[in-house]
Amino acid sequence: MLPGSKNNSPIEEQGRLSAKRSSLWLRARIIQSIRRFFIEQGYLEIETPHLIPAPAPEVHIDAMKAEDRFLHTSPELCMKRLLSAGYPKIFQICRCFRHGERGELHLPEFSLLEWYHAGIDYMELMDECEKLILFTAHDQGFGNTIEYLKKEIDLRTPWDRISVKEAFRRFASIDMEKVLGSGRFDEIMVKEIEPRLGIPKPTFLYDYPATLAALSRLKENEPGLAERFELYMGGLEMANAFSELTDVLEQKARFVRDLKQRKQLGKTVYPVPEKFLKSLPHMPPSAGIALGVDRLVMLFANKSRIDDVVSFTPEEL
Amino acid sequence: MYNASDLRKGLKIQIDKDPYIIIDFQFSKPGKGQALYRCKLRNMISGVTMDRTYRSVDTFEPANLEQRKMQYLYNQENEFHFMDLEKYDQSMLTEEQVGDAKNYLVDNLEIDILLFEGKPIGITLPNFVDLAVTQADPWVKGDSVSGDSKPVTLETGYTLRVPPFIEEGTKITIDTRTGEYVTRVKE
Repeated sequence: MLPGSKNNSPIEEQGRLSAKRSSLWLRARIIQSIRRFFIEQGYLEIETPHLIPAPAPEVHIDAMKAEDRFLHTSPELCMKRLLSAGYPKIFQICRCFRHGERGELHLPEFSLLEWYHAGIDYMELMDECEKLILFTAHDQGFGNTIEYLKKEIDLRTPWDRISVKEAFRRFASIDMEKVLGSGRFDEIMVKEIEPRLGIPKPTFLYDYPATLAALSRLKENEPGLAERFELYMGGLEMANAFSELTDVLEQKARFVRDLKQRKQLGKTVYPVPEKFLKSLPHMPPSAGIALGVDRLVMLFANKSRIDDVVSFTPEEL
Repeated sequence: MYNASDLRKGLKIQIDKDPYIIIDFQFSKPGKGQALYRCKLRNMISGVTMDRTYRSVDTFEPANLEQRKMQYLYNQENEFHFMDLEKYDQSMLTEEQVGDAKNYLVDNLEIDILLFEGKPIGITLPNFVDLAVTQADPWVKGDSVSGDSKPVTLETGYTLRVPPFIEEGTKITIDTRTGEYVTRVKE
């Protein structure tokens, strides 16, 4: 047995799984609504391999090794290669794997919805995001407001849009420029800002500092900021999105910098994803987003723990 | 040595030369940021609690704790004395360290003593102990005022409510986790 795993009797297991019945039904129906939305919008559903030779070299996302490859941490790189090859509207719902992520809101194996849309930027992607979630709510018989952990979430558009800088000014004890030098950005975000976001209106937190750009494009008139946003609902982080970076030199430089940082932290240094970089010059200006399906189900099922919306947690195997 | 990913509720670690138990634990990971391990910790000697946030690069020493079977001997000037049942040496705990457990300590009771770096810091009782009732009012049949329970005093000085049929000299079983009456001991 794994450390921390529970030794349940068959009767306890039956009880546990039947208590999840309504959440599991809702989960399945939400996924069906998501598919319906994208198909109606003219998107192509695709599948890309889970086993890949080179994950995106992000500093704080750790891939699991599987034989001589890695389990993907998101389908981002393969989907962007499709985008570069002339598939302008694609979506995928798949399992992703991230080492060491386990908590009330995290599972090391989870479901991600990822979609890309050529020809739009991150602001237009926010609109699309609003439409998807409203469609899903109405399709499942919810009204314009839902209750999440005794708080009301008002889904009527427009949703709140607030820059990272403004969020620090409004909610944090320190401002954004100062916190970047101190290395406490993530800590302040988790403790002081995130719990206030997405209540009652869902909130798009946008324009991240360029050092946290990941695979996003920098703002043309403000290169210190990146065209990246995260969606929060009821204090829950739901999605991360970019106006996609298409500059191959810039992207390569970021990968090299991130891999160097991984090495300094004593983490696995992944190979550089060369085929992705080769495809990048052909990628049209696009916006892309990854949304946590389990978290979306938590929200509609009114559950505080990710455990409540999946059939089995790692500890129950 | 533990890594941050080993942290969870109930884990005992050493910080600044003191043993701590994690009493609340939360894993957070904002956006594409680093993992944060938010812990509420209780000092196992002083009982003082504190909040700490750790990162994935942090490492921890396990607290050097051990449990030893001991027998309760006697209490003198608020010092409680115990004897190790294997090594036959004696240990002492203060009244503060013993806490509510003093309600259940009768001579020769076998208990577990928790030691930190060889020094006793706490006590783990059996879940159930049998104690004699030393003082109880007689039960008058049909007495509706006292209801379905009455107070009694035990040989340790502990008072609790029991069913009315319990009399002086009876032995009863107490659940040490709740402090409540369980049953009458059949002699």
